[in-house]
Amino acid sequence: MSRPEGTRSARRSLQVKFVPDEDVLRHIADDAGTKVRKDKAQLSVSVKRFVKKLENISDNEAQEILEEKNYVAALGICAQDSVGNGSNISGGEVYSFQTPKRSNKMAELASELAQTPEKNVAPDHSRCPEKMAKTPQSKRSSSTKVQQRNKKKEFVSTTPYRLRKRLTAPDPYLESESEYSASCSEEEDEEDKKEVSTVSDQKTPAKTKAAYTPPPRNSLTKKIKEQKMSNLVEEYFEAHSSSKVLTSDRTLQKLRKRRFNQQTLHDLLKNAPLAYAAEIRDLNQQHETLFSKWMLQLHLGFNIVLYGLGSKRDLLEKFRTSLLQDSVHLVVNGYFPSITVRSILNSITEEVLDHIGTFRSPLDQLEFISKRFKEDSSLELYVLIHNLDSQMLRGERSQQILAQLSSLPSIYLIASIDHINAPLMWDQAKLSLYNWLWYETTTFNPYVEETSYENSLLVQQSGSLALSSLTHVLHSLTLNARGIFRLLAQRQLEKKDSPSYPGLSFQDFYQQCREAFLVNSDLTLRAQLTEFRDHKLIRTKRGADGVEYLLIPVDDSTLTDFLEKEDEDV
Amino acid sequence: MSTCSVSKGCFVFKPSTKKRRLSEKTDHYFRSTSNDSEDTVLRFITCQSLWSQIKSETEQIQEDMNKQLLDNLVSFLSRSHSDFQEKTTEWTSRMKFREIPTAALVLGVNVTDHDLTFRGLSDVLQNNITPYVALLEAKDCPGIKNLMQKLMGQLMNCDIDVDSLEDEDCVQVSQNKIRCSMPSLISWYESVTKKTDSETPSEKRNSSSRHWQSPPVVVVFKDMESFTTKVLQDFIVISSQHIHELPLVLIFGIATSPMIIHRLLPHSVSSLLCIELFQSLSCKEHLSTIIDKLLLTSHFPFKLGEKVLQVLINIFLYHDFSVQNFIKGFQLCIVEHFYSQPLSVLCCHLVDIKKRVYSLSHDQCENIRRLPSFRRYVEKQESGKQIELLTNDSFLKEETEKLLEDLHVYHENYVSILRCLHVFTSSLPKYPLGKQIRELHCACLENQVWETNEYESSLQLARMLNKTDLVTMLQQCVEILVSSSGKEFDKTVKHLKEFLTQFQNLEASEASQEQDVSVSSQKELQKKTDLYHLQKTLLELKESRRSKKLTKFEMLRFEVVDYIDRLVRKYLVPAGDRTLHEIVYFNAATVLRGHLNAAPRTALHTALNNPHWYLKAFSTVVTAAEEPNGDAASSDQVDDIIHARFIRAVSELELLGFIKPSKQKTDHVARLTWGGC
Repeated sequence: MSRPEGTRSARRSLQVKFVPDEDVLRHIADDAGTKVRKDKAQLSVSVKRFVKKLENISDNEAQEILEEKNYVAALGICAQDSVGNGSNISGGEVYSFQTPKRSNKMAELASELAQTPEKNVAPDHSRCPEKMAKTPQSKRSSSTKVQQRNKKKEFVSTTPYRLRKRLTAPDPYLESESEYSASCSEEEDEEDKKEVSTVSDQKTPAKTKAAYTPPPRNSLTKKIKEQKMSNLVEEYFEAHSSSKVLTSDRTLQKLRKRRFNQQTLHDLLKNAPLAYAAEIRDLNQQHETLFSKWMLQLHLGFNIVLYGLGSKRDLLEKFRTSLLQDSVHLVVNGYFPSITVRSILNSITEEVLDHIGTFRSPLDQLEFISKRFKEDSSLELYVLIHNLDSQMLRGERSQQILAQLSSLPSIYLIASIDHINAPLMWDQAKLSLYNWLWYETTTFNPYVEETSYENSLLVQQSGSLALSSLTHVLHSLTLNARGIFRLLAQRQLEKKDSPSYPGLSFQDFYQQCREAFLVNSDLTLRAQLTEFRDHKLIRTKRGADGVEYLLIPVDDSTLTDFLEKEDEDV
Repeated sequence: MSTCSVSKGCFVFKPSTKKRRLSEKTDHYFRSTSNDSEDTVLRFITCQSLWSQIKSETEQIQEDMNKQLLDNLVSFLSRSHSDFQEKTTEWTSRMKFREIPTAALVLGVNVTDHDLTFRGLSDVLQNNITPYVALLEAKDCPGIKNLMQKLMGQLMNCDIDVDSLEDEDCVQVSQNKIRCSMPSLISWYESVTKKTDSETPSEKRNSSSRHWQSPPVVVVFKDMESFTTKVLQDFIVISSQHIHELPLVLIFGIATSPMIIHRLLPHSVSSLLCIELFQSLSCKEHLSTIIDKLLLTSHFPFKLGEKVLQVLINIFLYHDFSVQNFIKGFQLCIVEHFYSQPLSVLCCHLVDIKKRVYSLSHDQCENIRRLPSFRRYVEKQESGKQIELLTNDSFLKEETEKLLEDLHVYHENYVSILRCLHVFTSSLPKYPLGKQIRELHCACLENQVWETNEYESSLQLARMLNKTDLVTMLQQCVEILVSSSGKEFDKTVKHLKEFLTQFQNLEASEASQEQDVSVSSQKELQKKTDLYHLQKTLLELKESRRSKKLTKFEMLRFEVVDYIDRLVRKYLVPAGDRTLHEIVYFNAATVLRGHLNAAPRTALHTALNNPHWYLKAFSTVVTAAEEPNGDAASSDQVDDIIHARFIRAVSELELLGFIKPSKQKTDHVARLTWGGC
C-alpha cells in the first residue's frame, strides 16, 4: 500500500499518490473478475508489511511512547475488572485483527501528506519501498516480491483517475479478508506466478480464456456475487493444499553470532531494562489483593487456576511466602523437564506424610494418600503447581491423578496454566474433580524460570547437563568400555545426516569392536552394553527384522562435544 | 528457601510443628479483606449455615429423584437373587444358557452427576440387598487383570466392614497373596457365605434380616462406554462360566444410549447377558426441581439476580448438563455475595432481621445509604423524611427493617403469582414466554415483563383459550394461591373463585338459553313456510346467536385475562426495582462467569492483541535493515540484547503453544494456532 505510482508521464510532471493496495486490487478485480481474488491473500500480506514499515518510519517517537503508555494503562484496567474485558468480549471481536483498518487510516494520512504541495515527495519515495528493493542480498523474499508486484501493477494501472476515485471508498470486504490471508505467505511464489497470469489476463482477456477457461464475461460479472462464497471456500483449500512449503534457507548459524548458552542469555536479559516496569508492578499488586479471597475459596472446597499472559510464578511465590508460611505446602515446578506425577506423589508420601516404602502404582499411592488425609482431619496440604499444563504433566493419566488428588477435601490446589490450549486437557469428569475457579491474572512478566531449562528452541542445545553426566559416567568405566562407547558415538555421528538411521545393529557393532580389539566375545560386549543401558547411556531398539539396534539418546552436537572432549583427555 | 533448582521439581515446606497453627480458621480469610470487621464473623456464619441448608436440601432432592430408580433396581436385584436362592427352574435354565443378569442403567450425558447416583445406589444396595458391591471405573481397569484385582480388593474390603475387625489381618494377607482369578473369587465367596452360616445364631439373625442367605455379588461398571471392549468381553465370558457358583449381577452405567451395549459387545458376548433396562430421570427435570426448590421459594433469604441465573443456566444447557456444577455455581454465588457485600449480614431469615438491623454500626448505615436502590427510594420521599433517613441512624434502621420485610413479602407474592402466570403461559402454543418456569422467572426478573412483546402476545393467545382449559387453569391458580404462604391472596382467591362460579353459571345459563332459542326458533320455523322468511329468520338467528354467545363467554374471558394481567403488574415487579434488593439479590454475573466459564484463549489473545508491540518488535528488524547495506557483516551482526530478546520471545511463544519446532529444517518453527500448518 501507499506506494508511489508514477503516472501520466505524458504530462511529464511526476505526481505521486498513495494508493492502498486494496484499491489497486479492487481496480484490477473489477476488470479481471474472480481470478484476481486469489492474489489478494498475499497482497494484503504485503499491505500489512508496508503499513508497519511506514508507521514506524513516520510515527513520531514521543507520540509512540505516549501511546504505548496509554495502552498499558488500558490493559491494566482490563485486568482490573478481569472479566469485564477478558471474557465478555465475543470471540469475533477479539480474534479479528485490527491492522487493516489502521492501515487504511495510515494510507489516508499518507495520501494527505503526499498531496500537500510544499512537501517533497521524492525522499518519501526513496525512504520506504525502494530501500526494500535495494537490499536484495537480505533475501527477504517477501519484500522483493512486493516490489516486483508493485512494478507489475504500475504497469497495469493505466487509469489512475479511477483509482483516485476509489481512494475515498475503502473496501470492507478486502479488509475482512486479510485475517486469513496472512497465513498464506509461504505460497507467495506460486501466487506470484498466478499474478503474472492475472496481469496478462487483464491485458488480453482472450488469452486468459484459454488459460483459465473462465465463464463468459457477462455471466461472470453476474455470478461473482453468488460465487463469492464458494470461491472463498475453494480458495481456502487451494491455499492450504499445497504441500510444498517454501521457506527461507537462512538459519541462525548464518548469523555471525554464536548461540548463547543459557547463562549468557540470562545475564543479558537481566541487564536489559524491563519495559513498563511500573505499570506491570501496579497490575501485579492488584492481583495480590486477591490472595485472601483465594484462601477463602480454597478452604470452601474450590481449587484455583490462574491463566493469562505472563509468568505467574512470582505471583504464586508471593502468595506462598505471604500466606502459607505457617502451613504445610508443596510447590511443584511443572515446567521442570523431568517432573512426573510420581515425583509429586512421592514428595507427598515421603516428606509430608513421612511414609517410608514404595508403591506398586501411582493409583495405589493415591489411594494411600487419600486414606491418610481422610483419617487425619488435622492434615492439610496446600499444593502449588506452576504450569499444570507442562509437557510432562499434561498427559491424560497425570491429569487424572492430579485431579483426584485435588478433589480431596483437605488438599488445596492452586495452579497456573499458560498454554493456549491448556483447557483441552480436561474433560467434564476431570473438571468436576478439579472444581476450578478461574482467575485471570495477566501479569506480562517474562517467563524467565519457565523457559530457563534447556528445552528451548534457539538456545544453544549444549546439553551441558547431559554432557557432564556422560563424561562423569564414562570416567568411572574401564578404558575398553570407553572405547566401545566412543566407537558407537563415532558411528552414530557418521550417520547423523540420515534421519531414519535406526542405530547400529548389534552384529555390526560386535564386528567393529572385535576389529578394534575392544572385546573378545559376544558376551563381554553384551555385559558392557547392559552397563551402558543401566546408566541410560544407550538405548536399544528391536527393528522390524528382529535385529537389535543401539543408539545413544543424545543430540549430535552434544555428542560431538563429547568426542572432542574425550580427544583432549586422551 | 528457593523453589528454583536444576535437579528438583517438587519442594515440600513443613513449618516446625510449634509454629504451625492448628488449621487456620476459614473465617479468618473472610475477615481479613473487608474493612468493616464487626460483621464479618456473623456474615461468614450466615453464609456457611445458608450453604449447609442448601446443600442438604439439594441432597434431599437428589435422593428423592433417584428413589424410583433405585427401588426398581433393588427389586430387580432381589428378583435375580431369589432365583439363585431357591434354585428354581428359571435359574437353572438361565444357568444352562450361562446368562448373567444385568441391569443397564441409562443415566444421561451429565457424567459428573453420576457419582452421586452411584454412591446412593451402593448405599441402598448395601443396606438392602448385599454387602458385596464393587464399583469399577474404566480408568482403574486398563486390563482384565487390573479389573479382577480391583474387584476382589473392593469385595474383600467390604467383607472387612461386615466382619469383625479381628479378621482383618488374615484378609489383608490373603488379598495380597491370592492370585486374582475367578476361582479364587469363588472360593472366597464360598468361605464368606459359609462363615455367615456358621455364625452365632444371634448374629445370623441379625444379618439375615438385612441380607439374604447367599447374597449376590453386584459389580457396577460406572462408565461402561469408557471400558475397553476386550476387558468387558473377557470379564463377561469368564464370569459367565462361573455363574452357577457365583451369583453375579452386573450393572452398567450408560451415558449415551442402550445401543452402546451391542456396539461394544459382539453378539456372542451380549447373548450371555440378560439385560433389563432402567432409565434415570433426565438432568433437565432434575434442574427444574432444583430451581423450583431452591430459587422459587421463600425458605432461603438469598436470591439470584437475572443475569446470574442466566449464566448458570447457560453453563448448564450449553456446556455440561451437570446439576452438580449448577449447585457449585450457586455455592460460589453465595460465597461471593457474602464476601463482597458488607450488608449481606442482613440477608437472613425474617425472624433475625430485626435484631440484626438494630445492631448495625454507623458504617453499615452509611453503606445502606450508599445503595443505589436506597438512594432512589430516598429521592421519592418528602424532604423531611429524606433528611431523617440520611442523618438519623435509628430512623434509618426502622425504615430498613420495614423495607426488608416488604422485600420478603414481595418475594413470597412474586413466587406465587409467577407460578400462576406460568400455568397460563406454559400451555400457550409456541410458548412465547418459555415452556419452563425458569425462563419465565428470568424474563420477570430482567425487566417489567408486561412491557415485553412476548408478554403481549401471550395475553393475546390467552384471550383465545377455550373454556375447559381456562377453568382448569383457574383452578390450578387457586390451588397455588391457597397453598402459598403469602397473606394477601385471600381476596385474589375469592376473586378467582368467583370467576370459576361465573363460568359454571355461564354454562348453565347458556344451556338454558340455547334451549330457549332453539325451541322458539323451531317454533318459528314451523310457522313460517315461505322461503324468503325462512332465510331471513335463519340469518337473524345465526347473527344473534353468535353475538350473544360470544359476548357472554368472551367478556368473562377478557375479564379473567385482565385480572391476571393486573396481578402480574402488581406482583411481578422486577427485583431490581425494589428498594434494598442489593442486600438479598446477587447480581455480579460477570464475576461468576469469569470464575466458572473462563476463556483463557481470549485472555491470552487480548493481552497479545496489541499492534503496538508488533510494531515495536518490527522496529528492531527495521533498525537492523536500516544500517548501511554496504557492509554485510555489520548488518548480520545483531545486537546482543535484541538477539537475546528474540530468543526469549521465541521460547515464550513455544511455551504458550503458538509455535513448535518444525523438525523439517533447522531453526524453523511451525505455527500451531489460528490456521497453522
